[in-house]
Amino acid sequence: MSMNSMKLLLASATAISGLAMSAGTAFAQEITYMCSSDGTECATAREIFDRFQEENPGVTVKIDEVPYKAIVESLPVQLAAGDAPDMAKVTDLGGLSEYYLDLSPYVDAAYWEKNFGGTLDWYRKGPEDKGIYGLHSQLTITGAYINKTLFEQAEVEVPGPDATWEDWAAATRDVAKKTETQFPMAMDRSGHRIAGPAISDGAKLLDENGVGILVDEGFTTYVKKFVEWNNDGTMARDVWASTGGSAYQAADKEFINGQLVYYYSGSWQVAKMDEQIGDAFDWEVVGTPCGVGGCTGMPGGAGIVGFASTEHPELVAKAIDYLAQEANYAEMTAKTKNIPAHAAVAAKGVEYSDASPAAAAALNAWSAQVSKISPVAYAYQGYKNNRAMFNISVERITQAIVGELTVEEAMDRAKEDLKQALAETK
Amino acid sequence: MANPVKFLTRTRGNGLGGLHWTDWLSYFYLFCGVLLMFLPVIWLGFSSFKTEADLLRFPPRLLPMAQETIVVDGYDDPLPLYRIKGGEHEGKTLAQIRRIGIIAQMVDPAVPDERLKINIKEREPIESFRLATENYTELFEKFNFGRYLWNSVFITATATIIMLIVNSMAAFALSKYQFKGRTVVLALVIGTLMIPQTVVLVPLFLISKELYLTDSLWGVIIPGAATPTGVFLLRQYMLTIPDEILDAARMDKASEWKIFWRIILPLSAPAIAVLAILAIMWRWNDFLWPLIVLSDSNNFTLQLALNAFQGDLNTQWSNLLAMTMLVLLPIAIVFAFLQKYIATGIASTGGK
Amino acid sequence: MLAVLNPLMRLIEVPMKWMQDILGLKNPAWLFLLPNLILFGLFAFLPVIINFVYSFTGSDGILLADRPYVGSRNFDYLLDCSSYLDPNSCRDDFFWRAVHNTILFVILQVGLMVGFSLLTAIVLNRKIRARGFFRSVFFFPVLLSPVVVALIWKWILQREGVLNAWLEAVGLDSFNWLLDPSWAFGWSVFLSIWAHMGFYTLILLAGLQAIPRDVYEAAMMDRASPWRVFRRITLPLLMPTMLVVLVLALIKGVQTFDEIFAFTGGGPGSATTFIIQYIYNTGFAGTPRLFGLASAASIMLAIVLVILTFAQLWANRKNVDG
Repeated sequence: MSMNSMKLLLASATAISGLAMSAGTAFAQEITYMCSSDGTECATAREIFDRFQEENPGVTVKIDEVPYKAIVESLPVQLAAGDAPDMAKVTDLGGLSEYYLDLSPYVDAAYWEKNFGGTLDWYRKGPEDKGIYGLHSQLTITGAYINKTLFEQAEVEVPGPDATWEDWAAATRDVAKKTETQFPMAMDRSGHRIAGPAISDGAKLLDENGVGILVDEGFTTYVKKFVEWNNDGTMARDVWASTGGSAYQAADKEFINGQLVYYYSGSWQVAKMDEQIGDAFDWEVVGTPCGVGGCTGMPGGAGIVGFASTEHPELVAKAIDYLAQEANYAEMTAKTKNIPAHAAVAAKGVEYSDASPAAAAALNAWSAQVSKISPVAYAYQGYKNNRAMFNISVERITQAIVGELTVEEAMDRAKEDLKQALAETK
Repeated sequence: MANPVKFLTRTRGNGLGGLHWTDWLSYFYLFCGVLLMFLPVIWLGFSSFKTEADLLRFPPRLLPMAQETIVVDGYDDPLPLYRIKGGEHEGKTLAQIRRIGIIAQMVDPAVPDERLKINIKEREPIESFRLATENYTELFEKFNFGRYLWNSVFITATATIIMLIVNSMAAFALSKYQFKGRTVVLALVIGTLMIPQTVVLVPLFLISKELYLTDSLWGVIIPGAATPTGVFLLRQYMLTIPDEILDAARMDKASEWKIFWRIILPLSAPAIAVLAILAIMWRWNDFLWPLIVLSDSNNFTLQLALNAFQGDLNTQWSNLLAMTMLVLLPIAIVFAFLQKYIATGIASTGGK
Repeated sequence: MLAVLNPLMRLIEVPMKWMQDILGLKNPAWLFLLPNLILFGLFAFLPVIINFVYSFTGSDGILLADRPYVGSRNFDYLLDCSSYLDPNSCRDDFFWRAVHNTILFVILQVGLMVGFSLLTAIVLNRKIRARGFFRSVFFFPVLLSPVVVALIWKWILQREGVLNAWLEAVGLDSFNWLLDPSWAFGWSVFLSIWAHMGFYTLILLAGLQAIPRDVYEAAMMDRASPWRVFRRITLPLLMPTMLVVLVLALIKGVQTFDEIFAFTGGGPGSATTFIIQYIYNTGFAGTPRLFGLASAASIMLAIVLVILTFAQLWANRKNVDG
């Protein structure tokens, strides 16, 4: 009861301050967009928002460009503390869903459902939720890149599309040996990255009720292989073992420098590869190796969301909707070299105008991978607490690699960790 | 029997009569110390002027070298120069157009129309000494370095001034007045001395957030000013100022504030100077608290930027090392000028 | 500096004088204390109290209102071990790994650092040329920021770093130093000593110089051997300073975070994760953010620090008395 009167008081207080705000800021409205960039995302958003500002005089979209780490670590604290920007580019799509602003009152819901149908669910709180929350600006899929020049120099045949992890491990070891390359394989230090291969080996990750279980036979099978490869030199140990906690670590620099034959990462690296490898060597996208669970990568990516705490919900919705318009979305996708999540844009095909032949081929190869994504991977990506599961995977698998725990112990601990995390999450 | 341990005692070589072997040992020890303490920093200084390619070179060299380039007709960008050490073009100096796998496409600058194919093992880059000052200039162009510098300077200066004023006022009250509750306040100050900021991060963040200090420079400045060390240090010093001086001033009807400002502060100048140096050092090097409070990279301090760029995947060591040098430089300068004060200050306070 | 401060001071004088007159205070001590007490209250005492409350609550909410009371669950979780000597037997193995790492780190780091500091102070206390220069050389790293220190050494020790280049130059194999748990730990100890020993050297040097000369002269007259002089005179007279240095180094050592975090990130695995990083990982870097657990851990740390601080105060008093 007192809670209710408190809420009432709060509501009226916000209403009054809201009034005061709108009176004071009728001429100039500013919203803040917290953005992080893998390449050109923020700059492209700036260009499009500049047009948006021209079309809507008095409106300013301020872009705070932050390191990706800030989005992962600081933004959730800010949100919990009620101290968030108006909108942000997020990757923990489900985990932050309670803070999202529902755009459906302000946008053409039919247009959104038609074009973003598949990804809208990732932002929702549960199966009953029918709101529209996020614009999936960057559809990504995990998978591998290979240094084709090294394969050619070693005269080793590139394994085919239905090759298994073991085939790839053997082939890349061979290549690395013959070409005196430092590392055969490497995978980003991320629980999201390792999920695709694990699913391909039969991991289910969620139970039949859609609650996280993480560890099962399939998951353990892959982890065992992965740990072994880290210790026999097939995988670059530097990536997973060199740091602690759940910190993200990539191996793109090694790949770009030609020290790595096979790099398991994802589609968002294309722009960087294209720009930084140049003509140093030929590289190619080969997707995810196969196992009993298919040849699936993890879908994912980033989306632009508004937060319910904003003082300008309508404006935020308008800004996001502006980005979602077909022409703008197509421009954004082309300039940032991403795979479109917009059905109409995807159907027409994106013209990656300033992409090199290598990048264009890579993007097409990625688009082809989308059809191989397993339903398990989609479910995991849409699961609200997947971030906790990602972190647990990284921490515990690293311990197994370093030798602090055996694989079995690490898997038992991972299960316990997940129980604890689910119990503490609201 | 006495000789081996003579080294450990205060006795030493007898001046003009040459050096005793324990003196040689001492100098040897100190010389090793200098190498170990200084060499990494000097190496860093040299390397911050190397190009990225030169930095990746293994084994590394001391002096910064860069590959020579030449402008060839028909090519927009300057091309890197190589000396050919084998094959049919041995001995020639060629410019490289691009490299595909193990084959490099090259061109003779004298005959720009003809393309040559060279195995990459048969060429060797031509290099000369060059300072890669672009490592530094790029910081300002690409990395918003000026902004971080300003944030760091602003935080350091403001926090130091606030801390000096507030702490000296409290120290004055605690040293020159008798009042009820003085012991309690002193006990509380000692209490805070015991609980370091690091163990109360979570609530500290919550409070800062409630006061709208998060993601603002003031969120670093204000909580940082609440250090008990300064109060302690200044109080100990002010205790040594004779009360008669204050009484004489009070006779002249000086207000208490004037006494504080005109008499106490000038007389405590040495202690305040020490505290100022310590405060500058603390704030400039602050890391964990800013890491938690600041999230917008426009608010980052140099330390945060340095750490963020280390993790940032596009970053190159060349820029990172240059940035490290620039972060290190102000402290090195302060140190060079004030090292005597710092030394005596730290020795006398026992640090903290 | 004075040009800024003078007008500022004059500005403050007006309300201060006014308050003093109005309130008729002969003794405006509280007026002078007020700003400091506000800052202390808000940013030092209050957090301690809230922290205490936090440690008895659960969930991942940040506001106290969102956090249900869970009794001693957080403490139970941290302390649930079948053997405190084996982190693998503990429910929260990360916490106990951090505890073990911290204890081992502190023992090694403090022991070696105080030893080297004492040696350096003794050498510097001899009649040597350019003493000021040598003293500053050893002190210089103290001024560097933890991130800078970490970067310098990380860069030297990396796979293709300077150290490996030297090793190869003398015909040894290069080694990936920071990938091996024991080596990473060892280098963390080294780095921490490198960065901080100048500070303790300085204090010990001041302690050595404070020993009155006539004591030595008396000893010389008695023809005592130098070793005897050192053991019977220097060491006992230096003992109070040594005690302060030891306790101070212990307190700092237990709180080690910045430089190691930037150096190894706590890895490989959790080989260099110390208590403060455990708190940071649990409360800030993880998902979900377990503030309750982090607070409980920090309270246990605070207890240790309080004990150490009392030891310091006691050492300080001994120092003053002796």
